[in-house]
Amino acid sequence: MQVREVIETLGLKLMTHEVPVDVDVIGGYASDLLSNVMGQAAPGMIWVTMQGHQNIAAVASLIGLSAVIVAGDAPIEEDTLKKAEQNDVLILATSLPAYDVIGKLYELGIRNVK
Amino acid sequence: MSDSKSVKMHYDVAGDDFDRAGEASAGLKRLLQKIGVPADIIRRIAIGTYEAEMNVIIHAGGGQVDAEIFPEETVVYIADQGPGIPDIKLAMQEGWSTAPDHVRQMGFGAGMGLPNMMKCSDDFDIQSTVGSGTNIKMKFKHISEDL
Repeated sequence: MQVREVIETLGLKLMTHEVPVDVDVIGGYASDLLSNVMGQAAPGMIWVTMQGHQNIAAVASLIGLSAVIVAGDAPIEEDTLKKAEQNDVLILATSLPAYDVIGKLYELGIRNVK
Repeated sequence: MSDSKSVKMHYDVAGDDFDRAGEASAGLKRLLQKIGVPADIIRRIAIGTYEAEMNVIIHAGGGQVDAEIFPEETVVYIADQGPGIPDIKLAMQEGWSTAPDHVRQMGFGAGMGLPNMMKCSDDFDIQSTVGSGTNIKMKFKHISEDL
Protein backbone atom coordinates (compact mmCIF):
# COMPACT_ATOMS: atom_id res chain seq x y z
CA MET A 1 0.00 0.00 0.00
CA GLN A 2 1.22 3.46 -0.86
CA VAL A 3 0.53 6.77 0.86
CA ARG A 4 -1.39 7.90 -2.24
CA GLU A 5 -4.02 5.17 -1.66
CA VAL A 6 -4.28 6.06 2.03
CA ILE A 7 -4.89 9.72 1.14
CA GLU A 8 -7.59 8.79 -1.37
CA THR A 9 -9.36 6.19 0.79
CA LEU A 10 -9.47 8.28 3.96
CA GLY A 11 -9.99 11.59 2.16
CA LEU A 12 -6.97 13.18 3.81
CA LYS A 13 -5.73 16.68 3.07
CA LEU A 14 -2.24 16.76 1.63
CA MET A 15 -0.54 19.59 3.52
CA THR A 16 2.99 19.40 2.10
CA HIS A 17 3.80 20.29 -1.49
CA GLU A 18 6.48 18.71 -3.63
CA VAL A 19 6.89 15.71 -1.35
CA PRO A 20 6.15 12.52 -3.35
CA VAL A 21 3.11 10.48 -2.27
CA ASP A 22 4.14 7.27 -4.05
CA VAL A 23 5.79 5.94 -0.93
CA ASP A 24 5.23 2.49 0.54
CA VAL A 25 3.46 2.25 3.91
CA ILE A 26 4.86 -0.76 5.75
CA GLY A 27 2.92 -0.32 8.99
CA GLY A 28 1.42 2.19 11.37
CA TYR A 29 1.97 3.78 14.75
CA ALA A 30 -0.03 6.17 16.93
CA SER A 31 1.22 8.29 19.81
CA ASP A 32 1.54 11.91 20.88
CA LEU A 33 4.70 11.27 22.88
CA LEU A 34 7.67 11.92 20.63
CA SER A 35 10.14 9.75 22.53
CA ASN A 36 7.69 6.89 22.40
CA VAL A 37 7.40 7.27 18.63
CA MET A 38 11.18 7.35 18.27
CA GLY A 39 11.55 4.27 20.40
CA GLN A 40 8.75 2.22 18.85
CA ALA A 41 8.00 3.32 15.28
CA ALA A 42 9.94 1.81 12.40
CA PRO A 43 11.00 3.25 9.03
CA GLY A 44 8.19 3.30 6.48
CA MET A 45 5.42 3.46 9.08
CA ILE A 46 2.61 6.01 8.91
CA TRP A 47 2.22 7.96 12.17
CA VAL A 48 -1.08 9.21 13.58
CA THR A 49 -0.82 12.09 16.06
CA MET A 50 -2.56 15.18 17.43
CA GLN A 51 0.70 17.12 17.58
CA GLY A 52 1.17 19.76 14.90
CA HIS A 53 4.39 21.52 15.88
CA GLN A 54 7.71 21.46 14.03
CA ASN A 55 9.22 18.63 15.97
CA ILE A 56 6.89 16.09 14.33
CA ALA A 57 8.72 16.79 11.05
CA ALA A 58 12.08 16.29 12.77
CA VAL A 59 10.98 13.01 14.36
CA ALA A 60 9.41 11.69 11.13
CA SER A 61 12.56 12.55 9.20
CA LEU A 62 14.92 10.98 11.74
CA ILE A 63 13.01 7.68 11.72
CA GLY A 64 12.22 7.73 8.00
CA LEU A 65 8.43 7.45 8.39
CA SER A 66 6.31 7.25 5.23
CA ALA A 67 3.90 10.01 6.38
CA VAL A 68 2.41 11.81 9.38
CA ILE A 69 -1.37 12.08 9.78
CA VAL A 70 -2.39 14.97 12.03
CA ALA A 71 -5.86 13.95 13.21
CA GLY A 72 -8.86 15.71 14.76
CA ASP A 73 -8.30 19.04 13.00
CA ALA A 74 -5.35 19.68 15.30
CA PRO A 75 -3.63 22.91 14.29
CA ILE A 76 -0.49 22.51 12.18
CA GLU A 77 2.09 25.28 12.37
CA GLU A 78 3.24 26.83 9.11
CA ASP A 79 6.85 26.13 10.12
CA THR A 80 6.01 22.44 10.51
CA LEU A 81 5.13 22.25 6.83
CA LYS A 82 8.23 24.21 5.85
CA LYS A 83 10.45 21.90 7.85
CA ALA A 84 8.62 18.85 6.49
CA GLU A 85 9.13 19.95 2.89
CA GLN A 86 12.82 20.59 3.50
CA ASN A 87 13.18 17.07 4.89
CA ASP A 88 10.92 15.17 2.45
CA VAL A 89 8.32 14.42 5.12
CA LEU A 90 4.68 14.00 4.07
CA ILE A 91 2.18 15.74 6.35
CA LEU A 92 -1.49 14.81 5.97
CA ALA A 93 -4.43 16.31 7.84
CA THR A 94 -7.99 15.28 8.64
CA SER A 95 -10.92 16.28 10.79
CA LEU A 96 -11.46 12.61 11.65
CA PRO A 97 -10.63 11.78 15.26
CA ALA A 98 -7.41 9.81 15.74
CA TYR A 99 -9.44 6.74 16.78
CA ASP A 100 -11.30 6.68 13.46
CA VAL A 101 -8.13 7.27 11.45
CA ILE A 102 -6.40 4.35 13.12
CA GLY A 103 -9.48 2.12 12.62
CA LYS A 104 -9.59 2.94 8.94
CA LEU A 105 -5.86 2.30 8.53
CA TYR A 106 -6.36 -1.05 10.22
CA GLU A 107 -9.21 -1.85 7.83
CA LEU A 108 -6.83 -1.15 4.97
CA GLY A 109 -4.56 -3.85 6.33
CA ILE A 110 -1.98 -1.49 7.85
CA ARG A 111 -0.70 -3.08 11.04
CA ASN A 112 1.78 -2.19 13.75
CA VAL A 113 4.34 -4.57 12.33
CA LYS A 114 7.95 -3.59 11.93
CA MET B 1 39.86 10.79 21.16
CA SER B 2 41.42 12.52 18.15
CA ASP B 3 42.35 10.51 15.09
CA SER B 4 43.48 11.52 11.63
CA LYS B 5 41.06 8.99 10.12
CA SER B 6 38.03 10.55 11.77
CA VAL B 7 35.55 13.19 10.66
CA LYS B 8 34.38 15.66 13.29
CA MET B 9 31.21 17.66 13.68
CA HIS B 10 30.30 20.34 16.19
CA TYR B 11 26.97 22.03 16.92
CA ASP B 12 26.05 24.60 19.52
CA VAL B 13 22.53 23.97 20.81
CA ALA B 14 20.55 26.94 22.12
CA GLY B 15 18.39 26.43 25.20
CA ASP B 16 14.58 26.60 24.92
CA ASP B 17 14.85 26.95 21.13
CA PHE B 18 12.20 24.52 19.93
CA ASP B 19 12.19 26.01 16.44
CA ARG B 20 15.73 24.91 15.72
CA ALA B 21 15.45 21.72 17.75
CA GLY B 22 16.83 18.72 15.94
CA GLU B 23 19.32 20.60 13.78
CA ALA B 24 22.36 18.93 15.32
CA SER B 25 20.95 15.41 14.89
CA ALA B 26 19.68 16.21 11.37
CA GLY B 27 23.10 17.61 10.43
CA LEU B 28 24.83 14.54 11.81
CA LYS B 29 22.41 12.30 9.91
CA ARG B 30 23.21 14.06 6.60
CA LEU B 31 26.94 13.77 7.25
CA LEU B 32 26.67 10.04 8.02
CA GLN B 33 24.62 9.52 4.86
CA LYS B 34 27.37 11.20 2.82
CA ILE B 35 29.97 9.00 4.45
CA GLY B 36 27.89 5.93 3.66
CA VAL B 37 27.16 4.49 7.10
CA PRO B 38 24.33 1.85 6.94
CA ALA B 39 20.85 3.37 7.18
CA ASP B 40 19.73 1.46 10.28
CA ILE B 41 22.86 2.56 12.13
CA ILE B 42 22.31 6.17 11.06
CA ARG B 43 18.76 5.99 12.38
CA ARG B 44 19.95 4.83 15.82
CA ILE B 45 22.61 7.54 15.92
CA ALA B 46 20.11 10.22 14.84
CA ILE B 47 17.49 9.16 17.41
CA GLY B 48 19.99 8.95 20.27
CA THR B 49 21.46 12.32 19.36
CA TYR B 50 18.02 13.91 18.97
CA GLU B 51 16.96 12.73 22.44
CA ALA B 52 20.13 14.18 23.94
CA GLU B 53 19.74 17.40 21.97
CA MET B 54 16.16 17.79 23.24
CA ASN B 55 17.27 17.25 26.83
CA VAL B 56 19.84 20.02 26.44
CA ILE B 57 17.16 22.33 25.02
CA ILE B 58 14.53 21.46 27.63
CA HIS B 59 16.59 21.14 30.80
CA ALA B 60 20.02 22.73 30.44
CA GLY B 61 19.59 26.10 28.74
CA GLY B 62 21.79 24.97 25.86
CA GLY B 63 24.94 22.97 25.28
CA GLN B 64 27.21 21.39 22.70
CA VAL B 65 26.91 18.36 20.47
CA ASP B 66 30.15 16.90 19.13
CA ALA B 67 30.46 13.85 16.97
CA GLU B 68 33.52 11.99 15.81
CA ILE B 69 33.03 9.53 12.98
CA PHE B 70 35.58 6.75 12.60
CA PRO B 71 35.53 4.00 9.97
CA GLU B 72 34.28 1.48 12.57
CA GLU B 73 32.13 3.62 14.84
CA THR B 74 30.62 7.01 15.61
CA VAL B 75 31.08 8.63 19.01
CA VAL B 76 28.68 11.40 20.07
CA TYR B 77 29.41 13.71 22.99
CA ILE B 78 26.70 15.92 24.43
CA ALA B 79 27.77 18.46 27.01
CA ASP B 80 25.83 21.09 28.89
CA GLN B 81 26.48 23.49 31.72
CA GLY B 82 22.96 23.17 33.10
CA PRO B 83 21.63 22.29 36.55
CA GLY B 84 22.87 18.69 36.47
CA ILE B 85 21.00 15.52 37.47
CA PRO B 86 20.90 14.79 41.23
CA ASP B 87 19.97 11.11 40.86
CA ILE B 88 21.02 9.54 37.56
CA LYS B 89 19.59 6.13 38.46
CA LEU B 90 16.17 7.71 38.93
CA ALA B 91 16.53 9.77 35.74
CA MET B 92 17.31 6.58 33.80
CA GLN B 93 13.98 5.04 34.83
CA GLU B 94 11.39 5.00 32.08
CA GLY B 95 8.62 7.47 32.83
CA TRP B 96 10.64 9.65 35.19
CA SER B 97 10.75 13.26 34.01
CA THR B 98 11.14 16.76 35.40
CA ALA B 99 10.04 18.46 32.17
CA PRO B 100 7.73 21.46 32.60
CA ASP B 101 4.09 21.36 31.44
CA HIS B 102 4.54 23.47 28.29
CA VAL B 103 7.14 20.97 27.09
CA ARG B 104 4.96 17.98 27.95
CA GLN B 105 2.15 19.48 25.88
CA MET B 106 4.44 19.23 22.86
CA GLY B 107 4.82 15.51 23.50
CA PHE B 108 8.21 15.71 25.19
CA GLY B 109 8.93 14.89 28.81
CA ALA B 110 7.60 11.35 28.71
CA GLY B 111 10.63 10.18 30.65
CA MET B 112 11.93 8.05 27.82
CA GLY B 113 14.82 10.15 26.53
CA LEU B 114 17.68 8.69 28.55
CA PRO B 115 16.42 5.08 28.26
CA ASN B 116 16.06 5.58 24.48
CA MET B 117 19.65 6.84 24.26
CA MET B 118 20.89 3.79 26.09
CA LYS B 119 18.86 1.44 23.86
CA CYS B 120 20.03 3.12 20.65
CA SER B 121 23.73 3.13 21.48
CA ASP B 122 26.24 0.30 21.88
CA ASP B 123 27.95 2.10 24.72
CA PHE B 124 26.37 4.79 26.89
CA ASP B 125 28.03 6.88 29.57
CA ILE B 126 26.52 9.72 31.58
CA GLN B 127 28.31 11.94 34.08
CA SER B 128 26.49 14.71 35.87
CA THR B 129 27.32 17.17 38.63
CA VAL B 130 24.61 19.24 40.25
CA GLY B 131 25.28 22.89 39.55
CA SER B 132 27.82 22.37 36.80
CA GLY B 133 26.23 20.23 34.10
CA THR B 134 25.89 16.89 32.36
CA ASN B 135 28.12 15.02 29.91
CA ILE B 136 26.91 12.14 27.80
CA LYS B 137 29.00 9.91 25.58
CA MET B 138 27.39 7.45 23.17
CA LYS B 139 29.22 4.99 20.92
CA PHE B 140 27.60 3.45 17.89
CA LYS B 141 29.29 0.62 16.01
CA HIS B 142 28.91 0.71 12.23
CA ILE B 143 28.05 -2.96 11.90
CA SER B 144 24.59 -3.28 10.44
CA GLU B 145 22.22 -5.87 11.93
CA ASP B 146 20.75 -6.35 8.47
CA LEU B 147 23.98 -7.69 7.03
